[in-house]
Amino acid sequence: MIHIFATQWPSLLYGLGQTLLCSIIALFFSLIIGSLFAIFEIMPNKAMRIIGNVYVEVFRNIPLLVITMFFFVVLPLYVVKVNGFTAGTIGLTIYTSAFIAETVRAGIQSVDEGQMEGAQSNGLSFWQSMRYIILPQAFKIVIPPLGNQFINLVKNSSVLAFVAGFDLMYEGNMVANDTLQTMSTFFAVGVLYLIITMPLSYYMRHLEKKLA
Amino acid sequence: MSMIEFHDVQKYYGDFQALKDINLTVEAGETVVLIGPSGSGKSTLIRTINGLEPIQQGKLIVNGYDLADKKTDPNKIRKNVGMVFQHFNLYANKTVLQNIMLAPKIVLKRGDKENRELAMSLLKKVGLESKADSYPRQLSGGQQQRIAIARSLAMKPKCLLFDEPTSALDPEMIDDVLNVMKDIARDSSMTMLVVTHEMGFAREVGDRVIFMADGKILEDDSKEQFFDGEPTNERARQFLSKIIVHK
Repeated sequence: MIHIFATQWPSLLYGLGQTLLCSIIALFFSLIIGSLFAIFEIMPNKAMRIIGNVYVEVFRNIPLLVITMFFFVVLPLYVVKVNGFTAGTIGLTIYTSAFIAETVRAGIQSVDEGQMEGAQSNGLSFWQSMRYIILPQAFKIVIPPLGNQFINLVKNSSVLAFVAGFDLMYEGNMVANDTLQTMSTFFAVGVLYLIITMPLSYYMRHLEKKLA
Repeated sequence: MSMIEFHDVQKYYGDFQALKDINLTVEAGETVVLIGPSGSGKSTLIRTINGLEPIQQGKLIVNGYDLADKKTDPNKIRKNVGMVFQHFNLYANKTVLQNIMLAPKIVLKRGDKENRELAMSLLKKVGLESKADSYPRQLSGGQQQRIAIARSLAMKPKCLLFDEPTSALDPEMIDDVLNVMKDIARDSSMTMLVVTHEMGFAREVGDRVIFMADGKILEDDSKEQFFDGEPTNERARQFLSKIIVHK
């Protein structure tokens, strides 16, 4: 394994960087999109609730690989030329956002209803109440399951390997093919994934303790 | 112009009719006490006034806006009509001072200095200046309720609704809250609608007493008529004798 690191580090490091980049972008956008659809799901307006539900049910129940392939194949055909990295990151964002929506929705619903009534009767609009009162309390509650989603997201970014996204998994495959040292290559790849996921995991735990 | 006008208002929860043929006018500056057995619709009635519960039929005009009209934004009404809840509903993620300052800052765009000064003077008014930096969970129920009243007052509302403000409190806390409410009723020209079983409050500062049962208004009397004369309605008489004996 040391030998693989010593000789193949430029490829593996590049892959690690791409995986990290994809994860950060997907994490950021899936959190925003997921929270938005979580709010849609609990809005008084029925049409919005249906939109939220359909989005979540569709993207939660289709395999990540299928969603990613869809963006890789269909987007260039009809809309705009995209590379594997972009298609993969979009697919990962949308797939993860459906799970985050469900997590955040559970958090919103566990905040006492009186908080929303108090805020609205105080003159705040629905969205202002969400932003200042409900969401801060909801996120605090769902930090542990949200942490799970973030870690899943990093690991799921290996889907980029299927659409030539030049991520860690893709580079690992290449290195394994070149060197024929399959076992130690993937051992090295595993260690590199841990470098991203372990700190994330500890950070979420730290956040949970700090805010509790 | 009247502050609140109900015209033949009907309110349903599914098949259950919670409010039946409500006709009621409250003039600006009046203090009206709503009483009645639980399930009589008095909380529902007060909640319709700031749009927390939609009505299905009739007209409900508050501060010039018709709440039955789907195009009316309830927020326009809530800016001028505050509400105090049985369970306080203070923002759990904000300190006492932030609770009071948030809505004036966001909704009224009140400047920070003026906002803070008003918030502190309101805290003084309810006797809780020292709790400005506490979180709601660190306070007793009575303290939380006084903060909730201060939070509503910070919006300088024309009308304040109280939904059983003392029902969730320990007996020794009730007076602190009632005293604050009495001060407001005496010192300000605010319209107050209070759902309560505190007859002492009704007697001291109420202008009118409304008795509800089964979703209907059965009695709408001046305070003198209700307490010193006799309610004409049999159920109201029974109810009154029960709470007064009980006290």
